[in-house]
Amino acid sequence: MRTALILLMMLGLASIPGSLFPQRNQNPMKVREFFKNNPTLAQWLDKAKIFDLYSSPWFSAIYILLFISLIGCVLPRTFEHIKAIGKKPPLTPKFLDRMEGFAELDRPVDGTLDLAEKWLKKNRFRVRREELSISAEKGYSRESGNLLFHLSLILILLAVAAGGLYGSKGETILNVGDRFINTPTSYDNISFAKFQREGDMVPFSLRVLDFKASYDVKTNAPTDYTLQVAAANPIGSKEVLKTIKVNSPLTYGNTKIYLQANGYSPVVAIRDKSGKLIFEGAVTFLPQDGNLTSIGAIKLPDMSPQIGMVASFLPTADRSPTRGAFSSFPEVLDPRLLVSVWMGDLGLDSGVPQSVYRVDTSKMKRIGLKSLKLNEIYNFGEGTLLFEGYKSWVNLQIVDDPGKMYALFGAIFAILGLLTSLFTRQRRIWIKVDGRVQIAGLAKNGVPGLDEELAALKKTLEGLEG
Amino acid sequence: MTSRNLAYLSNYSIYSAMFLYTIAFFAHAVEVSFSVKTTEVSEKTSFDFSRTDRAGRIGTAMMILGFIFLFAGVILRGASAHRVPWGNMYEFSITGALAFSGAYLFALVKYKLRWLGLPVSIAVLLTLGTAVTVLYRPSAPLVPALKSTWLAIHVSAAIVSGGVFLLANTIAATYLILDRMEERGGRSEWAKKLPSLETLDQLSYRLVAFVFPLWTFAVIAGAIWAESAWGRYWGWDPKETWAFITWVAYAAYLHARVTAGWRGRKAAWLCLFAGSTFLFNYIYVNIYGTGRHTYSGL
Ligand code: HEM
Repeated sequence: MRTALILLMMLGLASIPGSLFPQRNQNPMKVREFFKNNPTLAQWLDKAKIFDLYSSPWFSAIYILLFISLIGCVLPRTFEHIKAIGKKPPLTPKFLDRMEGFAELDRPVDGTLDLAEKWLKKNRFRVRREELSISAEKGYSRESGNLLFHLSLILILLAVAAGGLYGSKGETILNVGDRFINTPTSYDNISFAKFQREGDMVPFSLRVLDFKASYDVKTNAPTDYTLQVAAANPIGSKEVLKTIKVNSPLTYGNTKIYLQANGYSPVVAIRDKSGKLIFEGAVTFLPQDGNLTSIGAIKLPDMSPQIGMVASFLPTADRSPTRGAFSSFPEVLDPRLLVSVWMGDLGLDSGVPQSVYRVDTSKMKRIGLKSLKLNEIYNFGEGTLLFEGYKSWVNLQIVDDPGKMYALFGAIFAILGLLTSLFTRQRRIWIKVDGRVQIAGLAKNGVPGLDEELAALKKTLEGLEG
Repeated sequence: MTSRNLAYLSNYSIYSAMFLYTIAFFAHAVEVSFSVKTTEVSEKTSFDFSRTDRAGRIGTAMMILGFIFLFAGVILRGASAHRVPWGNMYEFSITGALAFSGAYLFALVKYKLRWLGLPVSIAVLLTLGTAVTVLYRPSAPLVPALKSTWLAIHVSAAIVSGGVFLLANTIAATYLILDRMEERGGRSEWAKKLPSLETLDQLSYRLVAFVFPLWTFAVIAGAIWAESAWGRYWGWDPKETWAFITWVAYAAYLHARVTAGWRGRKAAWLCLFAGSTFLFNYIYVNIYGTGRHTYSGL
């Protein structure tokens, strides 16, 4: 037990750094920032896996040792406990006056044991009657509850491990109107656990029909997001209308589809000098603040020379002398598209992957700057840009975690076990008659209440009650 | 009644409660400081309470009234926003203070703990004072991630657990202070009427054993909520990590209590440590944390 306890404490202590230093899987940007600000410290911390703490070998080691130690101590106790079912309480010890609660009674010996047995049975003790003594025990379920609790912890640990070895987790951004098919290539990014096979993915498809966000007019805080999709599972079967909200994902077995984030995609049409359509469609922009001021990039590598547009989208445009143009409300009330147009080399051939939200302007020259209202056309010299409209986009997170249900079962059993064990009082009571009448009791772990119980028994036997 | 009026009414209730707790504080202070030594020294106490007993009873009455006003304040706050009153740190704090003083009243009835009135009224006043000055935010609707039945369950379980944990902490701290006094040659006069060390040790154990399952449940309800809102039931977000640490610390405390040689002083320190992890989570992680759990509204 001591080993396990120490391991448990170690697990607690070991998890602390993860809450003080940024974690790669939660916030990779912050990790990069940390590296920039404290390069040497960051390197040392990285060697100790501080930035991937919860998947680090040493954290896992503590976790596995605790797991083994738990099994090692709980299993033998479980077997012992099962063997003890139906067994009689242990024999009355020789010297009762050494017990925690002890009393000598002022009553004749005759009939004492009968009377005591009746009282003990009424109070739901298990009774072992010998010729000159009784030993009785109560609170067997304390140990049952305790074991159930500790066994449930094992189940939870297993379920968490299963979640790490099987399953997948991915994200995709979809505009209203887009269709999504659940295959690895449809995702913007997806990661598979070690033993997960790609063929095991649920074969569903969905079409984004509508997305509505509503906001509190006083605080601008969002009050509701509702996403309507037409979903088919398996692909090609009849589509069913489904609603996804922040707290109610769409569920297919162990796979759940969550609404994680949303934003705007302005729709633009771009023509070259001759009037030929170069590009028309929705471009996903990234929100920068609570009012959905969004930034994005439009890259036109097929024009010659190449054109790149650094743009921001303001759903409700406003101006201030200090901040310049910004959005003052997250809903689209007075939309504006701000573009600065650059001409030159987009640098797409360099082989270095580029963000789709930014333009590398190092080899480009700015040729225009403009703020467009809806349906406004801007002639930037090399061609024209039409701000046609906008669409909402949603970011869906699609998670498959087969361990989840077991963790939930484990949690439920753990609580039941805890309640049983913490609220059951386990104790033994003995009565001995050899010339005189002696009673004694012992409460496991000094749980209170024994004295009252012995006093009640004493009263009964002395005929003061009942 | 309009939302605005309800919110004002809530604020007035909170201010009234603070006023009542202030009276309770002074009443308990009088009780403690003006008790006189009696000649007929009994085993348990060498103090004459008859002169200050009335002060103590006034203190208790004020604690009860304060609790009622605080309760009304919390309910009205929820009514003004048409939701459970647990959307930002101001609301967590007033509900936490409510749970703490509720736990005290419960213990008062069950274990006759009037002597705790002084530290409890101080703690409640500090919490409410911080809430109305630093943490106050106008009543507003919830952000979508907070709209869940599991939020109501998770937060209420966590807040009640917190109230009882802090009460256990108050008792453990008292234990350590008295323990120190006894080691240095005996209790000061005012401390003589406080319960024995053994009783204090038992008491904090009982409180912790009583709420540990509730705290376990609160953590699990949080995991269920996280699963439905964010797609994972456990992500080692700072808030989750510290909830886990608190859980481990109290489990260690419960184990320590059944381990020979760990009762008493060591257990009291463990209890204090565990309670501090809870407070740390509440204060530090809510305000400075970077996780998804930062709903403080600050
Ligand atoms: C290998 C690991 C562990 C061992 C050997 C162990 C052993 C024990 C034992 C022997 C008891 C019984 C005390 C009694 O007789 O009443 C107990 C109780 C308990 N254990 Fe563990 N335990 C382990 C891990 C854990 C873990 C990981 C937790 C998680 C938090 C935990 C939480 C508890 C609780 C809450 C109790 C109830 C304490 C009480 O009855 O007052 N244990 N444990």
